[in-house]
Amino acid sequence: MEYDDTDRKILKIVQGDIDLESRPYKKLAQEIGISEEEIITKIKNLQSKGLIRRFGAVLRHQKAGYKVNAMTAWKVPLEEAEAAGNTMAGYKQISHCYLREVHPEFDYNLFAMIHVKSNEELSNLLGDISKSTSIKDYIVLNSIREFKKQSMQYIE
Amino acid sequence: MSKLSSLERSLLDLLQNEFPVDIEPYRIMAEKLQCSEQEILESIQYMKNKGVIRRIGAVLDAKHMGFYSTLCTCMVADNRIEEVAGLINQQRGVTHNYLRDHEYNIWFTLTASSEAEARMIINRLESDSRVKIISMPATKVFKIKVSFEMSDTNGI
Repeated sequence: MEYDDTDRKILKIVQGDIDLESRPYKKLAQEIGISEEEIITKIKNLQSKGLIRRFGAVLRHQKAGYKVNAMTAWKVPLEEAEAAGNTMAGYKQISHCYLREVHPEFDYNLFAMIHVKSNEELSNLLGDISKSTSIKDYIVLNSIREFKKQSMQYIE
Repeated sequence: MSKLSSLERSLLDLLQNEFPVDIEPYRIMAEKLQCSEQEILESIQYMKNKGVIRRIGAVLDAKHMGFYSTLCTCMVADNRIEEVAGLINQQRGVTHNYLRDHEYNIWFTLTASSEAEARMIINRLESDSRVKIISMPATKVFKIKVSFEMSDTNGI
């Protein structure tokens, strides 16, 4: 494991919502018996090791004005996937872009999550991406209902 | 929905992208935005109450944390959607679960401590729900960005 027991106690707290206080780590520092400075050093360490990908606010994008959130799936030959994925990554409206294992039942392999403010913006963007990547075969998987959305609790 | 002020929008950009990992993060942000620390704390509380901010903390990286994650989908008859979505929701490690507009209508992400554990969970969900689940782990990540540009967002 790349983290020790103190890291574990810190991760357990920061994987959730930190205290909204002038000194948000004060209570945690008292609980685990180290200084706030040590907590900061440990968090920075976990960031540089890549365990913490980002530190800051997580928004509800819908409430932040991004009303249209579409999962899109694109069918691309493997030898062209790298170029297409890199092109997609360049769009600021795309938050996540992954190449995934294909299945005979569902053989779209390149997935991109798009967040925009209107359906019109979405359809223009899709046309633009299709043109810039030369992928004609894609589907838009609109969400009809959200059953669950939460951050992973890695440490129980 | 009432509009966010320009201070709130600038604050959201800072909170997402430049959150200081420091003993007093909000004092540093107040200096940057030339307002008081109290104003910052009150604005954040307001945006949390409105649901714009889900939480403030660390976004951990599944892979670096030693976890396995995959995107799953299944095809569920209309009259069984509630039941199957409920079974999936209950599973620890399911962080997102959506009904989408496609014959493959339920889409969820699963994070587990290993590929073997993920396989076991999927097998159990399949036998409990009597539905075939397709698992599509990522083979290549082109982009993971979870911040949303706010200061150019008007009319929210």
